[in-house]
Amino acid sequence: MAAEESYPAELRYHREHDWVRVEGDEAVFGITWFAQDALGEVVYYDPPEVGAAVSRDASYGELESVKAVSDIFAPASGEVVAVNAAVQERPEVVNEDPYGEGWLIRVRLSDPGELDELMDEPAYREYLAGL
Amino acid sequence: MADAPSRTSLHDRHVALGARMGAFAGWDMPLHYSTARAEHRAVRESCGVFDVSHMGQIEVSGPGAREALSRLLTNDLGEIGPGQGQYTLMCEDDGGVIDDLIVYALADRHLLVVNASNVSACLERLADRLPEGVGLTDRTLEVAMLAVQGPAWEEALRPLAATPGPFLLDYFEIGEDTIGGVPCLIARTGYTGEPGVELMCPWDAAPRLWDALMSVDAPPVPAGLVARDTLRLEMGYPLYGQELSRDRTPVEAGLTWACDIEGGRFFGAEVMRRQVAEGTPERLAIFRMTEPGIPRAGQEVLVEGRPSGRVTSGTLSPSLDVGIGMAYLPSPVSSPDNEIVIDVRGKPKAARTARRPLVATSPKE
Repeated sequence: MAAEESYPAELRYHREHDWVRVEGDEAVFGITWFAQDALGEVVYYDPPEVGAAVSRDASYGELESVKAVSDIFAPASGEVVAVNAAVQERPEVVNEDPYGEGWLIRVRLSDPGELDELMDEPAYREYLAGL
Repeated sequence: MADAPSRTSLHDRHVALGARMGAFAGWDMPLHYSTARAEHRAVRESCGVFDVSHMGQIEVSGPGAREALSRLLTNDLGEIGPGQGQYTLMCEDDGGVIDDLIVYALADRHLLVVNASNVSACLERLADRLPEGVGLTDRTLEVAMLAVQGPAWEEALRPLAATPGPFLLDYFEIGEDTIGGVPCLIARTGYTGEPGVELMCPWDAAPRLWDALMSVDAPPVPAGLVARDTLRLEMGYPLYGQELSRDRTPVEAGLTWACDIEGGRFFGAEVMRRQVAEGTPERLAIFRMTEPGIPRAGQEVLVEGRPSGRVTSGTLSPSLDVGIGMAYLPSPVSSPDNEIVIDVRGKPKAARTARRPLVATSPKE
């Protein structure tokens, strides 16, 4: 079943509705509750390859519902060190647990300073309220 | 469209059920309630209900109506009598499709159920070509329509029907009965490939009919337009605006079976007779992906590396769990079992043309 709406306080948020969880000099990316709700049930995940470079604000992959395709944007730049194969196997995990089992890629950050430009939870909620 | 979208009389019911609403042909319609895949499976395995009140209902009546309609519609109207319906098309003089529709012969009139996006185009064409004295009435905003579709449709309807009549109808037959206290026209038709009925009732009575359907022991699962689209695509049913347009004829679309090519005097018949005799450069094909990836409308189709057409509809088939779609392709390639490639946003993905339907099911019972 789809998750309840939430925006964890420990994450940082990008205006294209992607989140980042910083873990040392690495970071985990995913899409927010808002993004998965707008997309509907995710049925396909086309990820980047491990080793690929991702750039802040640029698309690094695609999620698809039955009806639509959605680009996934990198909240920060770096190199992909892992891709969540569980989402490729069962894409609807993005709907069920967007901040946990539904993570999309793990990245070694090339410029952690970029994170300062992202929104925190209150700012992202305010941003959503203005959409 | 600048105007606010129209609402069906069931709008409140959809919102109360938490439906994701979206614009379709000028209407604010439910796209899905739970997930499109769950709704799709409910229709294939048990029963679903769709609000299709946005569809157009046009009545044609009076002396000469039947003769005039036989010129405006491609199929042989002589094959149906009162209580029967027929899939047919309305075409331009050059064979381009104005709309595909179902015509029902009723005791005192003919009822045309047309696509929501084409109500005015159909009315215009009819007004232009019907002779004086033939009555033409748009009932779109007076008639609500619910499609109850799936192998368990009879179980959903049996507790509500006043008579056994609806369960005696054959495929494409139409009758009248009272369902849950609401007077309905009941047609054994649909757009899902499953057995089922389409119920037409007075606009304001639809909420009562909907509530009655929801009150039975095995109620149909509310299903939205996304599931309706995936269901029809698995069957290879064309959709106006995707596969059908004024730029294509029924022959190119593989709908020759719905055209009285030999004896027909319908507008567009000459062009189509020539196309049947000589063949057309392109024909509508259905295909399934042979590797992961979901085709989408507008994407290029490659045959032996050459651009050869565009996807008209594409989705993930909830029944097969593979990408499926339709495309107009060079006629030799359009037949089943040809290897093609879909350019899925820059990534070439292999596919193979197939036979319709893609799933082993039939609406005929």
